[in-house]
Amino acid sequence: MNNALTQPEVMISLRNLRVSYGDREILHGINFDVMHGETLVILGGSGSGKSTLLRTLVGLERPSSGEIWLKGKNIAAISSEEMDEIRKKIGMSFQGGALFGSMTVGENVALPLREHTKLEDSTIEIILRLKLDQVGLSGFENYMPAQLSGGMKKRAAVARALAMDPEILFFDEPSAGLDPIIAAGVDQLILELKQAFHMTIIVVTHELASAFLIADRMVLIDKGNVVAIGTTDEMRSSTHPRVRQFLDRIAEPAVSEELDYLQMLTEEHRHPGR
Amino acid sequence: MELTSQIGGSVTDGLAYLGALAQLGVRAAYFTFVAPFQGKPLRLQRAISQAMQTGVGALPILSLITFFIGLILALQSAYELRKFGAITFVANAVAISMTRELGPLITAIVVIGRSGSAFAAEIGTMKVTEEIDALETMAIDPVHFLVTPKFIAMMVMLPCLTIWANSMGILGGALFGVTQADFTWIRYIQSSLDALFLRDITTGLVKSVMFGITITAVGCHEGLTTGAGAEQVGRSTTRAVVVSIFLVILVDLVFTALFFFMTER
Repeated sequence: MNNALTQPEVMISLRNLRVSYGDREILHGINFDVMHGETLVILGGSGSGKSTLLRTLVGLERPSSGEIWLKGKNIAAISSEEMDEIRKKIGMSFQGGALFGSMTVGENVALPLREHTKLEDSTIEIILRLKLDQVGLSGFENYMPAQLSGGMKKRAAVARALAMDPEILFFDEPSAGLDPIIAAGVDQLILELKQAFHMTIIVVTHELASAFLIADRMVLIDKGNVVAIGTTDEMRSSTHPRVRQFLDRIAEPAVSEELDYLQMLTEEHRHPGR
Repeated sequence: MELTSQIGGSVTDGLAYLGALAQLGVRAAYFTFVAPFQGKPLRLQRAISQAMQTGVGALPILSLITFFIGLILALQSAYELRKFGAITFVANAVAISMTRELGPLITAIVVIGRSGSAFAAEIGTMKVTEEIDALETMAIDPVHFLVTPKFIAMMVMLPCLTIWANSMGILGGALFGVTQADFTWIRYIQSSLDALFLRDITTGLVKSVMFGITITAVGCHEGLTTGAGAEQVGRSTTRAVVVSIFLVILVDLVFTALFFFMTER
């Protein structure tokens, strides 16, 4: 961060980040920076640790070691009160939307405003309509989440994430479970948000088409390590075998060597408890 | 050796579980009694609608069950009492066993079935669909938002329901008294009231408050610790009911013993 003057402002900075569930380490020392106003896509296969990384960035998981610098604070080592202050500045759109089923769409979007601001109901009403309009859901404030389609739920979730005018927006698998047309609509929404608000956006996905469309830069995570990081062009021209395998959608090679196969079978016994 | 370590393990697990329940209770108490003075308002609206569901909603079924329980108690005690020609003491037997024991206990069991399980299912589903995570990323404490209103509702509603259950039980006994033991309705109620000390009612109510705390803590804890997947919600709900019943009986035993030794001196 010494050359902060010559480069765009760093928004999030990960330093040797390690995260474990119990004895099992999921992320083995992640390092990268996210610049102000850029859209960073975190790519990775199932079980690569990309979702864990996202959960750690929004403070849902505690790192076992390492640092996460977010808005000048190391969120790996701050009190829950300080974390709550930071959380008011970030928005998160969950994979399934995570809208509260017992509240209407409008109440969902208004919830963070009602909780954290002292705005009048009439003001909240205006903000709410504004946010729903931004995601293309005008007039749906009195619907229950169960009455919405998958794509609309995701849009409503984005509206809720936008409610507090966040500086950083996180997306977990924005196009998962959506048909291609609806998924393209969600991608379009992300692009619009980026252009309209110059928000820093971090997206976790494994949808390549969507990733190349929305990303400024990409990070490929594999088995808890950063394999590659770079712009979309750099990624396309990368010769790293793991990157090529992921981008060219090549299946995991079957275990070829007999010795490897035997080793795989016996490994558990030779290192019990690993 | 194997056995001792197993026993040790289950004891540690049990204590850890109770510790987790206590922690939840303490946090809810903080949000009820301390946080409102630090600018985090109490969610009275949510507590009231919760109270409507757990309290008012339980009235019809609770009335029916406790009316029958009162009737059963009258029949059972009359079976023994009439041998001594003391059938008029049916009123005393019913009134005392309802207010001291069965009123609070039956109320707790009905509430476990209706609300304890619902708490675990509601919070468990929210956990599975990442709604709990969403609350946290919005800087809203799930204990403040979801659990505390339930504690408030239960601690207020369980004693109210218990009083109602006591009256319905006595009414059930009265049905027997009037039809089988030459009581009039007024005289039956009068002798029930004569048989009761205020102590009998208050000990029952103290127990019912403790039951309310126990049921809420278990239901919410089971919900919050639900694992991934829909089948885990079912598991949490079942556990909430079984553990609640067990702990309610345990709390009942502890407090009944406590009251017994307190009044002896």
